[in-house]
Amino acid sequence: MSEGTLFLGIETAGTGTHPASWRRADSRAEDLFTAGYWTEVVARAEQLGADAIFLPDAFGLQDGGTAVTRGRLDAVAIAARVAPLTRRIGLIPQAPLTHTEPFHVSKAIAALDFASLGRAGWEVGVSATAQEAKAFGRKAVQDRTDLWHEADEAIEVVTRLWDSWEDGAEIRDVPTGRFIDRDRLHYIDFAGDHFSVKGPSITPRSPQGQPIVTVRADDAVAVDVAVRRADLVRISAPDLATAAAHRVSLRAALAAAGRDPDTVRVLLDLTVHLADSAERARAEVRELDQWLGQPIDDPGLTQVGTAGELDDLLDEIGGSAVADGVVLRPLALPATLAALTSRPERATGTLREQLGLPRPASRYAAATTQGAAL
Amino acid sequence: MNAKPRKQVHLAAHFPGVNNTTVWADPASKSQVDFASFEHLARTAERGLFDFFFLAEGLRLREHRGRIHDLDVVGRPDTLTVLNAVAAVTDRLGLAGTINSTYNEPFELAKQFASLDHLSGGRAAWNVVTSSDAFTGENFRRGGYLDHSDRYRRAAEVVEATKTLWDSWPADALVIDRERGVFAHEVPTTAVRSSQFDIEAPFVLPPSPQGHPVLLQAGDSDEGREFGAKAADAIFTVHGTLEAGQAFYADIKGRLAKYGRSHDELLVFPAATFVLGDTEAEAHERARHIRYQQVSPQTAIAFLEQVWGRDLSGYDPDGPLPDIEPDTTTEITRGRVRHAKDPLAVAKAWRAQAEAANLSIRELIIEVTTRQQFIGTPVQVAEQIDHYVQSDAADGFILVPHLTPAGLDEFVDRVVPELQERGSFRTAYTGTTLRDHLGLRHPHHPTVAEGARAS
Repeated sequence: MSEGTLFLGIETAGTGTHPASWRRADSRAEDLFTAGYWTEVVARAEQLGADAIFLPDAFGLQDGGTAVTRGRLDAVAIAARVAPLTRRIGLIPQAPLTHTEPFHVSKAIAALDFASLGRAGWEVGVSATAQEAKAFGRKAVQDRTDLWHEADEAIEVVTRLWDSWEDGAEIRDVPTGRFIDRDRLHYIDFAGDHFSVKGPSITPRSPQGQPIVTVRADDAVAVDVAVRRADLVRISAPDLATAAAHRVSLRAALAAAGRDPDTVRVLLDLTVHLADSAERARAEVRELDQWLGQPIDDPGLTQVGTAGELDDLLDEIGGSAVADGVVLRPLALPATLAALTSRPERATGTLREQLGLPRPASRYAAATTQGAAL
Repeated sequence: MNAKPRKQVHLAAHFPGVNNTTVWADPASKSQVDFASFEHLARTAERGLFDFFFLAEGLRLREHRGRIHDLDVVGRPDTLTVLNAVAAVTDRLGLAGTINSTYNEPFELAKQFASLDHLSGGRAAWNVVTSSDAFTGENFRRGGYLDHSDRYRRAAEVVEATKTLWDSWPADALVIDRERGVFAHEVPTTAVRSSQFDIEAPFVLPPSPQGHPVLLQAGDSDEGREFGAKAADAIFTVHGTLEAGQAFYADIKGRLAKYGRSHDELLVFPAATFVLGDTEAEAHERARHIRYQQVSPQTAIAFLEQVWGRDLSGYDPDGPLPDIEPDTTTEITRGRVRHAKDPLAVAKAWRAQAEAANLSIRELIIEVTTRQQFIGTPVQVAEQIDHYVQSDAADGFILVPHLTPAGLDEFVDRVVPELQERGSFRTAYTGTTLRDHLGLRHPHHPTVAEGARAS
């Protein structure tokens, strides 16, 4: 990310984050479960100069009965489906790991990194509902502390597996008949409270080495995990002052945890709806709420108005210390994508490069070098 | 004899695997993980009008003598992620992958395969495998929990549970009535209770284009065959000779009736390698060269060690077999299927074979590990494949190229036209889904679409 440029993410949640957004004439609800919808949405986001899309996911069916958008495709699948058709935009699917194996998440995101030539990220998800627990039937509902403790262990497993093949482990040495140098593959030997995983991964080290880890800092337990694990931290705040304060405390916590705060980007959620005039935008949101029968409960920062007004707000955020970037959450996705102002197209390259983050060496390579030096 | 209509050959492309069939020590061998390699093979298969593209899976790197096996191609990306990405660069080709039913739960499997089917417009296929070894289990939170004898029970219950979830939304589930404000019909809670599962939740996707993604199966035991006959749409086999293929074919098709299924509802796909040449002699010379690439001196010793159960690294691969006896107390290779049931008997037979033909260790291993191969000119290979299909030894083949990613190019360029010339292979896709290509009916529609059967 070049100096002074706000990181711009777009959350692509179905027809929009508003549960009644499908009812708009321009929602393309009929196409929601087709590749055509998703490839056009992501191509448009790339064309607008967005840095990344965020694809939410869960194992639960949306509440709200027959009047709301229901159903969801697997987020990693959508990201993979659009990866070969895009060249610049970062792809950050949410993958929940409360009921899923971290071994699978690790190779899925690594494979996405290969298919996108280094544009993969992963938003850590936890499954908090009873409905999701019963969809698996393996364990009872967990409290937030336990969910995030398990997630913390899972992130450790996933990131160790990403490092379990050192770069250059594939040697194809014909004289000795060896395809790999197995001294550069490592058992991760993780043993925690929720699982133990032997390793190594079945997938070699991916283009970014470590794809970008994203954590939503929604409460104290999630903040704790974000501070120790995340490259991108998503926050929500009712106003800019609260967001700025949140970022200050996150940066202090990062420093206290021994991490350089400048290596972590804090992204502010920004719910948006855009139209030709502010008045029309507000009327359209009222219509969405009427369809739903109630206003949506969104305590975060919301911008309803014109694209120009949004640009002014983004400039204000970019010119201050409120956040390092935003994640736009369009209430009605196709409508907002049609209205957004284009930014200069971002450069090709990895998501990590776009963020200005170096490609880390495998932690096991470092250990090998230290061991040799001792 | 002429009254019998000509059967149509079905073809599938196996992405080269992590075993010594895949030659890596050749200048033409490229990455087994870069997406460009998957794209190349898939586009080639689609150019050749193949039914589907196939990815295998193994969830623990193989070990030999206590260390990660380093002589074969190692490493591959996540199956489902690759298949979704391949869907973006193909239009009609079926997309099949092996996914383990032991270390995945029905709800996530149902969601993942329905997603692939939606995002590919009806081209998804799932090769259901079940593992019970604690070795692989060490990579997963539940570990090696499954008893070997429960493998097919688990597989059957996983398939039943996923089908129940796929079928759970009402027909024509999506309403999208903007005037009335109805997005979809009410989604019922689905309950699955069985020896392995206790699921009670609404599923998260409407029915996908194929209704049920195509189910593949590969077990050859009696239990495996029975499971295939009951649940699978296609079955992979390794029966190499015409006679063995015919016996398997008759056996598996004969099991269908008791499940109320017709002869056409399960297709038989033996795996096969192929080597082409401008002349038969040239093809055989190329095949010989490839066999030496596949069995390097080090690989020959490693194969021998699997049977002998001991370190044989001191032996000359170009020399005679060891005169010491196998150590029958150890299993030195883990994470692969191949293992000798009776090492002493195998060693005795191999010694006899080597002495009779004056074979070195490497030459013997080449002899004993050669599998089903079609070798010859394009015309001859087309004739052989067609003969197997018309003789009811197969419905088609899953071809295993020895080179990544260009190993199928020559087959598509030279053998496919010969099969078409014989009237045994499609000249265009006539349907859009993999079920169409395979002539399988949609699970909720009574008949195969017009034209699909002819393909």
